[in-house]
Amino acid sequence: MELELQVAVEQLHARYAHALDAGRLEEWPDFFTGDGRYRIATAENEERGLPLPVLYAEGRAMLRDRVASLRHANIYEPQRYRHIVSSILLERVDTRIVRSSANFLVIRIMQDGATLLFASGRYIDRIVVPDMKYEERIVICDSRRFDTLLAIPL
Amino acid sequence: MLERSWPAEGVTRVPYWVYRDEEIYREEQAKIFRGATWSYLCLEAELPEPKSFVTTFVGDMPVVVTRDPQGALHAWENRCAHRGALVCMQPRGSAERFTCIYHNWTYDHAGNLASVAFRRGIAGKGGMPADAKPESQAPKQLRVEALHGLVFGTLSNEVASLQTYIGPEILPRLKRVLVKPLKVLGAYTQVLPNNWKLYMDNVKDTYHASLLHLFFTRFRINRLTQKGGVFVSPDGAHHCTYTEMVEDRGDAYEKDGMRSAGSQGFSLENPEVLEQVDELGDGVAIQILSLFPGFVLHQIRNSLAARQVVPKGVERTELHWTLFGFADDDEAMTRRRLLQANLVGPAGYISMEDGAATGFVQRGVAGSPERASVIEMGGSTIGSGDSRITETAVRGLWKAWRHHMQL
Repeated sequence: MELELQVAVEQLHARYAHALDAGRLEEWPDFFTGDGRYRIATAENEERGLPLPVLYAEGRAMLRDRVASLRHANIYEPQRYRHIVSSILLERVDTRIVRSSANFLVIRIMQDGATLLFASGRYIDRIVVPDMKYEERIVICDSRRFDTLLAIPL
Repeated sequence: MLERSWPAEGVTRVPYWVYRDEEIYREEQAKIFRGATWSYLCLEAELPEPKSFVTTFVGDMPVVVTRDPQGALHAWENRCAHRGALVCMQPRGSAERFTCIYHNWTYDHAGNLASVAFRRGIAGKGGMPADAKPESQAPKQLRVEALHGLVFGTLSNEVASLQTYIGPEILPRLKRVLVKPLKVLGAYTQVLPNNWKLYMDNVKDTYHASLLHLFFTRFRINRLTQKGGVFVSPDGAHHCTYTEMVEDRGDAYEKDGMRSAGSQGFSLENPEVLEQVDELGDGVAIQILSLFPGFVLHQIRNSLAARQVVPKGVERTELHWTLFGFADDDEAMTRRRLLQANLVGPAGYISMEDGAATGFVQRGVAGSPERASVIEMGGSTIGSGDSRITETAVRGLWKAWRHHMQL
């Protein structure tokens, strides 16, 4: 596998994680192509062949709507995430697309310091090269259970 | 017998000890969940074939729901007669019979003890005495009824049939949504940091929706100025509220400076997540229906779901969401339902705030068990009406709760 591509994909995942963990939600839609899809699912529903998303957006406009709603509509207690992304595997589909599979942990830190292992799972991505944007990012959570609410995207 | 005194004001007050008292929690398990009430167990669509099963809960009690080889539904306590271990470990599947892993005691689909391993011993040695009665500790079997694709169970022999229990005020509103065979779209669990009754309070509180849920109000999905109403069963136990699809063009929220009205110029770039088809043909945009003690059915535009409220101790509640469509949905309708799934659940534009608000109450009342919440919107009556600026259904919950708890 091309080393440069491996590094480029790892950099993309890292920039994505840092943007969310730093609360730069406005940057989040720009990690996707114009018609990029983002879906949070659970391993249980995937295994049962059930299509229900926990969160689903098609295209940057819907992603921006999610951010706008988090900023201006939804009420939730101040909180931050810390993403740990690892074990990144790549598979080239064609000259334009590379598939990536990576593990993640998301730790949630509340304003009073309460710290919780909020989610674990896999990112299954289709990435457009050389733009290095997600054409599709599927977040498959290992657990079907979510504590209180999921506001900030994973 | 519990000794607690209810505030003198009666139905317009709910004392805060109801949400934080361990003894109350234990009594609720016996008098409500294992008492004369019907609890939602699962959807019939989750048991599509003979011999299929799912596991669920009635309050703290683990339960197995099955369809037997002849197609009849059964539900029984997921507890082995021998030492009390869970009999069924899998959340769902298909089984010829149910065998406890601990000592291989085996049950049929109705939860009857079918065999005890080495009951007669081996070669004349060991085994149980001939007069042993292991069946005396068999898992409790529930009465089961299915209604329009929903499966309910009860341990009570006294409680009336499910339809009578729900009653004529609420039953038509249930039938209104469940018009065809259902298809499960998926499920997840939202863990709420609060007592189970705070969630039921929230569901029955028609007054909060457009004030807490800014998304509702901003996009004029649900304002109290829109036409709608509330139904409450005479015993207070069950409720249903609805909002019609007609768009509110008024500015009552803006005039009163409500936080939820928000600033001007906020709109969705892609409003496809809100596009409703009037599939039930009656122009209702939102209907929320609850059955005592812990069941909620929602129609939010074209999003349909069953929510099961599972208490997990005095300060923790699991909300088991099962989203569904109809078996004959076409591709466009399935896509619509999946897009509108963004409105509900832990990441729901609308639902995410309920967990936060109810958790705030749980924390806020920590130092004041002797104080009470003020529930006087709409006066002190309990009943149906055409205004949602009322807490009539919340008062109903407490009327029913006090009846069962004899408090």
